[in-house]
Amino acid sequence: MKISHSIFFLVASFLVNLAKNQNKVMANYKLQVNGKTLQADVEADTPLLWVLRDHLGLVGTKYGCGIAQCGACTVHVNGSPTRSCVYPVSAVGSSQVITIEGLSEQGDHPLQKAWDEIDVAQCGYCQAGQIMTAAALLKQNPKPSMDEIEVTMNANICRCGAYHRIREAVKLASSKI
Amino acid sequence: MIPMKSTTTNSRRDFLKMTAITGGGLVLGFNWFSAEANAPVKFSSIGAGDVGFNSYLSISTEGTITILSPNPELGQNIITSFPMVVAEELEADWKKVKVLQANLDNKFDRQLTGGSGAVPHSWKLLRNAGATAKFMLIEAAAKIWSVPASECTAANSFVIHSRSGKKLSYGELAEAASKIPVPSTVKLKDRKDFKLIGKSVRNVENLKIVTGKPLFGLDFYREGMVYAMIQRPEQFGMKLKSFDGSIAKAMPGIIDVVSFKNNVAVVGKSTWQVLKARKLLKIEYEKEFDLESTEDHDKLFMNLMDNGQATVRRKDGDVDAAFKSAAKVIKGEYQCPFISHSPMEPMNFFAHVRPDGVELVGPTQTPARARAEVSQLLKIPEDKITLQLTRLGGGFGRRLKNDFATEAAELSSIIKAPVKLIWTKEDDMTGGTYRPACRYRFEAALDSSGNLTGYKLRGVGINSGNPTREHNFPSGAVDNLLIDSVEHKSAITTGAWRAPITNFLAFAEQAFLDEVALAAGKDPVQFRLDLLAKAKKSPVGDIRYDISRMEGVIKMAAEKSGWGKKKDVSQGFSVYFSHASYVAQVAEVIMRNGLPVVKKIYAVSDCGQVVSMNGASHQVMGGIVDGLGHAMYSKLSFRDGAADQNNYNNYRLIRMKEVPEIETHFVDNGIDPTGLGEPALPPTGGAVANAIFKATGKRMRNQPFIEEDVFKTVS
Repeated sequence: MKISHSIFFLVASFLVNLAKNQNKVMANYKLQVNGKTLQADVEADTPLLWVLRDHLGLVGTKYGCGIAQCGACTVHVNGSPTRSCVYPVSAVGSSQVITIEGLSEQGDHPLQKAWDEIDVAQCGYCQAGQIMTAAALLKQNPKPSMDEIEVTMNANICRCGAYHRIREAVKLASSKI
Repeated sequence: MIPMKSTTTNSRRDFLKMTAITGGGLVLGFNWFSAEANAPVKFSSIGAGDVGFNSYLSISTEGTITILSPNPELGQNIITSFPMVVAEELEADWKKVKVLQANLDNKFDRQLTGGSGAVPHSWKLLRNAGATAKFMLIEAAAKIWSVPASECTAANSFVIHSRSGKKLSYGELAEAASKIPVPSTVKLKDRKDFKLIGKSVRNVENLKIVTGKPLFGLDFYREGMVYAMIQRPEQFGMKLKSFDGSIAKAMPGIIDVVSFKNNVAVVGKSTWQVLKARKLLKIEYEKEFDLESTEDHDKLFMNLMDNGQATVRRKDGDVDAAFKSAAKVIKGEYQCPFISHSPMEPMNFFAHVRPDGVELVGPTQTPARARAEVSQLLKIPEDKITLQLTRLGGGFGRRLKNDFATEAAELSSIIKAPVKLIWTKEDDMTGGTYRPACRYRFEAALDSSGNLTGYKLRGVGINSGNPTREHNFPSGAVDNLLIDSVEHKSAITTGAWRAPITNFLAFAEQAFLDEVALAAGKDPVQFRLDLLAKAKKSPVGDIRYDISRMEGVIKMAAEKSGWGKKKDVSQGFSVYFSHASYVAQVAEVIMRNGLPVVKKIYAVSDCGQVVSMNGASHQVMGGIVDGLGHAMYSKLSFRDGAADQNNYNNYRLIRMKEVPEIETHFVDNGIDPTGLGEPALPPTGGAVANAIFKATGKRMRNQPFIEEDVFKTVS
């Protein structure tokens, strides 16, 4: 492979230095996740998604699109549904983060039970994000109408097309709360 | 603890094997496919779980029944359906059945997910396995009690002698049963006695899915593994000329930047660091093939349609004569764009190439093919390669191709480390392998009584292979017919997309038949039934579909939907035979604010015996949502070989508010299962397009429909 000339070398060394500087912004973050304090040494711009998955071993939160379009990465930050793929770790601070692993202790949140009862999942990959989105809705509005469910859940993509059962399961869970 | 035995029975089919559960006890191990099965490859790092790796079905002395599910699970729910069939014949207590995903193993036959073929292929084998085990358990109990086996019955994981009231559990009988000779034939249950098959049984992995357990390839983690992403050419037709990875390599967490083929791979300690560093690669590409654009394709389609060197696919009678003497000739053309499979889980694979062999872990629809390709690439014999299957976060045909697995293996062989290769959503959407873009031209000749006397179809496709399905309906029902095709070879890579070819061809064909029926002055349902009646009475050439099954779904769909009787909705009809099943659909459209809205779709499926009613209705509803969504909204266009769309912000997928009500029905005819992963998708576009025509008088010619005028005009 041919490498080009001196200008390029200058740019390269500038960027190498920049990279070294970036290295300095690596920091130890203490995060409140699922009721525990967990630590990660990561760069400030690392999305919460990758901190959870790569550094904290919490892989229930999924990478789908990386640009906050599909909702597979949805977690709760201080109770608000948040797209963790675009939420930098530096913004988390002392906020309480809840992931699918922390939604309930025994996997018995009304939504998790409804998801089983209605047998919602096909491939299952988007379902953690769907459940977390629905959980935030039910917390704020325990008895949503079908329209309200649709408006909220429209933000999450299910490529298998399990939308009918997702809607039905949210409704069922709301009837049990 | 009962000692492990290694004796096999004297069965000609080598049906039974003895094996042991680690720390458990003696089990029955059934190896129901091949006596010639190779011994599994074992690396110390691959645990076989708590069950002997050779067994498909085992019963522990505690009564736990473990069933291995060999086929990749991508949402078709095979991991539940397969064990249900075994458990049915075994008379097992479903609550005591434990299901495990099997790894790639030569003893499994057809260990792949594609072609809607798993249940049809394995139906009898699975039933036989369950029935054989039940036979031996009953024989064992009869021997213990010294009563005739004919007086014993099995139910709920027990063998019962009702005359004496004696009862032994499968766990208690497991060891004794393993010594019973394997019967050469067993009696299968009558379907009226099915307790599980045909019922709604929940997915066995539900709890893991809703609690976020690591199930998917992207969730796999191995101590010491590194993360990698590859920069591939962004334009189809370009190849790598040179690269400089020094800046990327200096970024924090980056271990290496290496190149192979047209790829530049960035290897690092975490996904995010790799993702960031990859953006700093300096790469030059050079042109290898034509850089094609969608405009070029549009011109090419027209040109090849008129002047292309066509391959004749099917010819019956004399079409020229039929068209010359026709009272009326109808022509219609239809075109579809490339689309992306775009499963929710982006492509990924783990590979560890070591001196003693290769370990592969990840989501693929074709694990045996992945192993063969890695073997060929690295010149390592297949028996030194293991492949552990993870759950697939969707496939839709994308994971039939194993480019991500061979990339991971090649990269691991270069960097000599265990590596998890990750594609971003953008990598997947812009990197192929797409549903091919196609254009179809249909021509029909009608006589003065409105009978279809001649039929012509030319399909033109880009990397489509044969874009027609020449033996499908209405072939066989028309005296004079010509189906031919032209293929353009392009650098834009294509592949099988759920219901390959028929995912669009069915729309085009069913929309055209609607045009012909209306031109003939006939009801679209009656028009199809008349054609089928003709095919039954005087078949023309080869007929590969079952006329009665197709008639069955048509009539039932018309009945269930109240075809032709509704005043407040516009109905559209469609029916399609694909793979080996039959699905008829009726779509209902209303006008809202001047725009057509799909309110409801009825689907009647004949897939033979339904295994799990939950799973089956899921496949039909999912197939319809998939078919509707892509017909309505999705397209990939190209400029100079590069895709214009790269993620969900500019590539539109259907969402919850856009799905209509769906009502599913199944024909209960007792035929052995004929598959359902794909057949419900092809008819949807046609049913919807025909309903839109009824509502608006506008014929949908091109996908996505949303770009057609009828969706732009607000009255």
